[in-house]
Amino acid sequence: MSTITPDVIAAHQLTQTEYEKILSLLGREPSFTELGIFSVMWSEHCSYKSSRVHLKKLPTRSKHVLQGPGENAGIIDIGDGMAIAFKIESHNHPSFIEPFQGAATGVGGILRDIFTMGARPIAVMDALRFGQLDDPETGARNARLLEGVVSGIAHYGNCFGVPTVGGECSFDESYDGNPLVNVFALGVFRHDEVFYGKATGIGNPVIYVGAKTGRDGIHGASMASAEFTEESKQKRPNVQVGDPFMEKLLLEACLEAMKTGAIVGIQDMGAAGLTSSSCEMGSRAGTGVEMDLDLVPQRESGMSAYEIMLSESQERMLLVATKGREREVLDVFEKWGLDAVVVGIVRDDGMLRIRQHGEVVAEIPNRALADEAPLYHRPYTKPLRTAPLDGPEVASKNLLGDLKTLLASGDLCSKRWIWEQYDHQVRTNTVAGPGAEAAIVRIKGTKTSVAMALDGNGRYCALDPREGTKLIVAECCRNLSTVGALPLAATNNLNFGNPERPEIMAQIVESIEGMAEACAFFETPITGGNVSLYNETLGMPIVPTPVIGIVGTLETGIPVGIPFQQEGRSVILLGGYGKADKRQFGSSQYAKTICNSVWGTPPKLDMDYEKRVQAAIRALVRARLVESAHDISDGGLAVALAECCFGPNGIGAEIALDSSFSPEILLFHEGPSRILVSTSQPEAVLAEARKNSVEAVEIGVTLKARVVVRNRTETYFDSMIEDLKVVWSESLNHLLRSPVLVADA
Amino acid sequence: MKIGVVVFPGSNCDHDAWYAANNNLEQQAEFIWHGSSDLGNVDAIILPGGFSYGDYLRCGAIAKFSPVMAAVKRFAAEGGPVLGICNGFQVLVEAGLLPGALVRNEGLRFVCRDVDLEIGTANSPFTHQARAGQRLRLPVAHGEGCYVADEAVLDQLEREDRIALRYIDNPNGSQRNIAGILNEGRNVMGMMPHPERAADRLMGNTDGLVILKSLVSSVAAYAAPQLSTANI
Repeated sequence: MSTITPDVIAAHQLTQTEYEKILSLLGREPSFTELGIFSVMWSEHCSYKSSRVHLKKLPTRSKHVLQGPGENAGIIDIGDGMAIAFKIESHNHPSFIEPFQGAATGVGGILRDIFTMGARPIAVMDALRFGQLDDPETGARNARLLEGVVSGIAHYGNCFGVPTVGGECSFDESYDGNPLVNVFALGVFRHDEVFYGKATGIGNPVIYVGAKTGRDGIHGASMASAEFTEESKQKRPNVQVGDPFMEKLLLEACLEAMKTGAIVGIQDMGAAGLTSSSCEMGSRAGTGVEMDLDLVPQRESGMSAYEIMLSESQERMLLVATKGREREVLDVFEKWGLDAVVVGIVRDDGMLRIRQHGEVVAEIPNRALADEAPLYHRPYTKPLRTAPLDGPEVASKNLLGDLKTLLASGDLCSKRWIWEQYDHQVRTNTVAGPGAEAAIVRIKGTKTSVAMALDGNGRYCALDPREGTKLIVAECCRNLSTVGALPLAATNNLNFGNPERPEIMAQIVESIEGMAEACAFFETPITGGNVSLYNETLGMPIVPTPVIGIVGTLETGIPVGIPFQQEGRSVILLGGYGKADKRQFGSSQYAKTICNSVWGTPPKLDMDYEKRVQAAIRALVRARLVESAHDISDGGLAVALAECCFGPNGIGAEIALDSSFSPEILLFHEGPSRILVSTSQPEAVLAEARKNSVEAVEIGVTLKARVVVRNRTETYFDSMIEDLKVVWSESLNHLLRSPVLVADA
Repeated sequence: MKIGVVVFPGSNCDHDAWYAANNNLEQQAEFIWHGSSDLGNVDAIILPGGFSYGDYLRCGAIAKFSPVMAAVKRFAAEGGPVLGICNGFQVLVEAGLLPGALVRNEGLRFVCRDVDLEIGTANSPFTHQARAGQRLRLPVAHGEGCYVADEAVLDQLEREDRIALRYIDNPNGSQRNIAGILNEGRNVMGMMPHPERAADRLMGNTDGLVILKSLVSSVAAYAAPQLSTANI
């Protein structure tokens, strides 16, 4: 029955060499079902075959890390016998094909990764990237994508009952055909409540729980491992449909079943569904898993073994129970009205053995699937770079006008339109939510809160992936430090183009090495994450977009926020005026938005200095010596200052600078390691800065309703806050206003 | 006092109501499973927010058939206080314990934000610690919170002083800015805003306490529930 022709192999996105490896691992020709199983497990999405050799460079350990990469999510200790599990994952490709369901199932997938470990999800954040909204050709489509993605995230998270507490969203033309949807989730549990995806105990029953298996999502993992072409939109049936209600029941039932003590291992069926959950659990435990597909709950009749094994139907889990205690587990799922069926048994032979209609239809060593996937040392040259080193002369005609243009830009404007659609408060733990420097979620029953932030910057990484990535790690840590939290660990989502192109592979390598260096320096090991490659449409790659999510802890209390609180307070620029030159200015939002051109290099990062600035702000926030704190990043000092003025109390500031920078650079450069604070105790703030050997400049005083900026003898601008705030807060509404907005669901 | 918090499959603010009752009000709270036809020995019932049975049909349309709702109806008929929050309000309306309907927000989008409200009447077990006209700021989080009813019902609600809460900045297009209403017996209230999310200083807002504390003190005052003549 030699059905495996070269065409069939190619259709499974396997190379001839990979097929030969399959032949030698099996010692025979695979069946069609077996070929399908290999193709998903060896896809880029599941096997990380292009990135794995470089991912090994990342630091993964510290005294806080209880579980590093390799499990469904990383786990860190947060004290009091409590731990958190967290991870970020992409759903880029499905979200382009069908934004609503693509994004919704992205949320569903990462939530399962968290509660399959025994943790109750308590927070979600999203990093989103789209093409420019104001592009005359693609703007309307980009707006529709954003609408669909946001309503998909809202639909799933809101119904499931997890707050979406933060995230980020920015725009670049390179995302026109490749929007990015990266979803981060975090859960909490006690140390003794941790579960792993291991099929241990020979003779133990393998139990299938949750939704029935249908034909949806077949080959989703392989789809996520290929470039897009015009035909990609016809892959819509490859995108799964999410049911957040089912997931909520699955969550409650799983956590309750875990409490019986009868579960020994559990894993969700994510990418590659029943295939990956069974062979990975077997591989981790060094056991075999035998299943009879006739027992698998099915949504439709006549499904082949190939279809059942490759289906990516959502809201399903595979678990292994202690032999003889199946009933306890099945009873819990029955209470919640969910299917739960014993479909197989753990064996001692290390094989994945699949039966259907009384015959063995697949028999493959688990290790061959999970651990023997091809590993590529793909060739790389110099990172792809299209921008020039030097840019145009920068001479502003109107500094206030430039500030307003920046505040109205998609990247910098208020994202309230997005996050108001997310329930960011459910579970009543959200101490600081969307729009804050970092989100803060209290852990009930303890004195500890968890702070978290997501950061990415494709603009910097396109100019220099190594330095750009170091900068986003530094900024993410700074976000946490600015709310008083100590950064503890990280998760990463590496979004790049086609790794088979050496100049793209070089971006991946440089970025990972930069991340490794910065994460080691800031003591935030990577505990897991996701790699999304082939983000290209018709040969146009996205700008390199590593996204980092960092978590940390602080003592629970009323948070220090971004806005100025009271008039008459000192405004201090902790970290000083920073360093910048014309080339570094080329990577700024000002260059992108005002000059319509990006050139040069990212800002220069001195990691040692950065760490000291962060130590200083943490101490100040914890001692309540500052009333507000906001780090300076995209848009520079002027944009950060404006944002500090947008609080409910309507407090602005009169700023008198003393710098020899040009006005544009002084106001808008993005040199790192700087934080804007307001305080009633300036001497204490300056003293803390001195103690940490960092600069701090008292630059002004807060006042009602106005914001004024002078440098030496020159007045740069003098504006009512309201004039700036209205531009900033209304802009996204205007950018999205389009006659063809479609409300999904 | 003992507060029963009903848990439907898909309830997701059940734990929040339970936590607020236990920790912010320092009362006893317990969960009541949707399959239960007995409420046990509780003094008040909270129907919490969430997406009961997924709410794929119409919010609350399935929940009204659950065994626990028959028990809640009996409890309400005997004058027991019942507070429905968000999805709980939707369930009360579907179950016929309150008039009108809650339909999709005017803007067709889910909205989660703090809104300004005004107490419509202090004459209820849920608002008696406030005064009519008192301003509150409470979070809303819903996709289907637009209150509608025919003119006669709306007039009757106003005439009988049964509009317990009104929006000052209406987030969903509700008729006559209605955010919360009472039944004829005044012992059943449905409201879209979430008082349990505004009951803790750490969450930056304690405006919800006036409603939750009113409930607690009224139960204490009426140790023996009065029989209402109005319902059933």
